[in-house]
Amino acid sequence: MPHHTLSPRQYLILATVAICAPLGDTCLSRGMNTLPPISLAHPATLIAAVFTPWIAAGIALLIGFFASYLTALSWADLTFVLPATAFGNVIVALFARFWLHEAISLERWAGIALITLGVGFVAQGPSLTERPPAELSASETLKLDDSKHVETSTNAALVEKEPVR
Amino acid sequence: MTTPAQGVWSAVGMIACVVVASTIGEVLTAAAMKSIGDLDDIRAHSGLKGAIRAVVTCPLFFCGVGFLALAFFSLLFALNHLNLSLVAPACASLTLVTNAVAGKFFLKENVDRRRWTAAVLVCIGVYLLAH
Repeated sequence: MPHHTLSPRQYLILATVAICAPLGDTCLSRGMNTLPPISLAHPATLIAAVFTPWIAAGIALLIGFFASYLTALSWADLTFVLPATAFGNVIVALFARFWLHEAISLERWAGIALITLGVGFVAQGPSLTERPPAELSASETLKLDDSKHVETSTNAALVEKEPVR
Repeated sequence: MTTPAQGVWSAVGMIACVVVASTIGEVLTAAAMKSIGDLDDIRAHSGLKGAIRAVVTCPLFFCGVGFLALAFFSLLFALNHLNLSLVAPACASLTLVTNAVAGKFFLKENVDRRRWTAAVLVCIGVYLLAH
């Protein structure tokens, strides 16, 4: 049975995706800005950049993001997960405003309002597209097989109870 | 020395590389995860090792990760040449729209009016927020 409504645990996974992605990108940006310009003639310098502290921290956050993102994609549509997790941008902006005391322009407040509206829109709908039975996933087929076993064993029990004619 | 027009086209090219690689990677990864099934159920049934095994034995997943890695290195390259205030909103907002189109046509997801509206609102919102 497809999941149309999310459990609190699934909301927590979406929140992890939303928070880790923008924080990871910010760390990457800070790390890359401290490096000299990299040219395509020396691609090995991009690999060396991976081992600098800010970029390593960014990669660690993005690994957390990726694990949560894969989990979310296993029970929700891509077109549900992407807008729903965009709320992370709003969290980072609010974090910058109220903790770092950065100024937020009218344009940015408008952006926050639009993202919040968009997330509200998508979160009210179903998280997964219904598929015909032929397209059921491996785990769902497994569950069906399990239920068949239960059904078969129940039938066998009934047959045992019936008197032999 | 590059002219302003060449600079604009190289910025467009770098952003396009990130968006295209990211969209292909996300669609392939989403298709892989759908073919594997609900990871929470697999973990409940076979434990964390079983869930990891289910993911790492799926070839489609590695194709997706390959394209996501390409998108990642394209992003690093773009960040090294362009401002974050241009790269981040452009890539994030364009990827939302290209993923909605790709989700509809390649993953056969039900992208109804609600999801289109959400994608467009978030796309404009991300642009305004990060510009």
